[in-house]
Amino acid sequence: MENSDYGELALSHGLSRVGSRPPLGAYIKETWKRRAFALTLARYRIEAANQQNRLGLAWVVIRPLLNALVYGVIFGVVLKQQESVGAVNYIPFLIVGVFIFEYFSDAFSDGSKAITSNEALVKSLSFPRILLPISTVLQAIYELVPMVLVMFVIVLISGEPITWAWFLVIPILILMTFFNAGVAFIAARITVHFRDFRQIVPFITRLFFYSTGVFFALDAYLAPYPDVLFVARLNPVHDFIALVRGALIENAVILPLYWIVTAIAAVVFFVGGFIYFWRAEEQYGRD
Amino acid sequence: MIEPASRIPTVVVEDLHVKYRVFASGKPARRNKQPAARTRGMRHVHAIKGISFAAYEGESIGVIGHNGSGKSTLLRTIAGLTPATEGSVFASSQPALLGVNAALLPNLSGEKNVRLGALALGFSNAELEEKTDEIIDFSGLEEFRDLPMRTYSSGMAARLRFSIAIAKSQQILLVDEALAVGDRAFRKRSEQRIRDMRKEAGTVFLVSHSIGSILDTCTRVLWIDHGNLLMDGDPKEVCKAYTDSTK
Repeated sequence: MENSDYGELALSHGLSRVGSRPPLGAYIKETWKRRAFALTLARYRIEAANQQNRLGLAWVVIRPLLNALVYGVIFGVVLKQQESVGAVNYIPFLIVGVFIFEYFSDAFSDGSKAITSNEALVKSLSFPRILLPISTVLQAIYELVPMVLVMFVIVLISGEPITWAWFLVIPILILMTFFNAGVAFIAARITVHFRDFRQIVPFITRLFFYSTGVFFALDAYLAPYPDVLFVARLNPVHDFIALVRGALIENAVILPLYWIVTAIAAVVFFVGGFIYFWRAEEQYGRD
Repeated sequence: MIEPASRIPTVVVEDLHVKYRVFASGKPARRNKQPAARTRGMRHVHAIKGISFAAYEGESIGVIGHNGSGKSTLLRTIAGLTPATEGSVFASSQPALLGVNAALLPNLSGEKNVRLGALALGFSNAELEEKTDEIIDFSGLEEFRDLPMRTYSSGMAARLRFSIAIAKSQQILLVDEALAVGDRAFRKRSEQRIRDMRKEAGTVFLVSHSIGSILDTCTRVLWIDHGNLLMDGDPKEVCKAYTDSTK
């Protein structure tokens, strides 16, 4: 046979080129069909990660608590940041900030490693690769539940009353989960193209940490610069934190802008991130 | 070779070239000293130099050749894991590649790896229990099912991976030396499974240095030498030519 005959033979029998990605619709269907894989992987990973620690799963809660304690001492006691929050109770303000930020940073940093740290799995079995970043987000959700419960207890102890507004935390965190998933999809693909991205992730996280007002109120510092304040409020991570604070803490103000920004960010990042990840589907696992 | 029109192709490789660009360090081998080809330690490796063939339903194809001849590269390209530099590979479904790589998730027990593998292959939660036992049975690792996979020997890990991958009938299965590490009893079982899959209208590619196991399982053999397809045909003829050439 001549070389060109092979191409014709392939086409006449309807064979498709290896390594071309499936159409988006089929991809979503296939992903949904294997959702049990992502869930099981997330559960097993939590078990494996905590097996070696004596306190096991308790670390999920202890880590952000210790963080909050350190930040509380430095920014509350030493640097007197509690003055920036005005009439708002500083302890729940700080706890909500640290815990909700932890949810974002976990999804971001674990998501960026989703493909590169599972190379053996990617190379030996064929399944929609997006299940890997999805499973890191599911893992973050599993860890979020105990964190939220502890957060509620601390907010109560610091003297905040339980109100109907507390239920708002559920839709806020659902929106945030979609946002986080989108961030994880994007970070997972970027790391595949540029391994160096993993070195930059902690810096981006740190940048977000200081610019989202985890331990201080943005308004107190940026009020003289309304343009800068407006831009800082367009940051979805800040808005998610501000929404949870508004729901749980008296005197914490929710601007309608926060709902608009977070809702748009959740949809844009989730849909955009999904498509961005899918477009490189055939490249994962290559060397 | 006879090409009856009724045979249905599953894999078609058309004038395939694969080139790697790698950073080389140290002193180059004397015959590779070509100043033009080496810029800042960059070496070009032409691993596959124009291979064409068609594989059909019900064939099991052995791939033989010396170390570094391009056998593994060929299989990785068919699986879509290494991009073709020129030419193309067509397939009727996504080929599954089985190699001798590390554990799937080394910190998890063998059984949990099996469950995850079965779910990734698309088995439902309802089939999971039965499939898990079936896979572990096939691997013969019953007594080690609760140990973390990082404690497995390379042979045990390869057996478990192989057992997971063939739990689902793959239409196109690429086996790269994965059988070499198993013991005799396991090898017999896997060779039987490969023959069964071939009967279910699948196509199996088998890279192996064991001529015996190729003669036992294959209906056709490709001999690759320095990236070229030297011979393609009846197992006995090709294997004889290959062993003669190495004498």
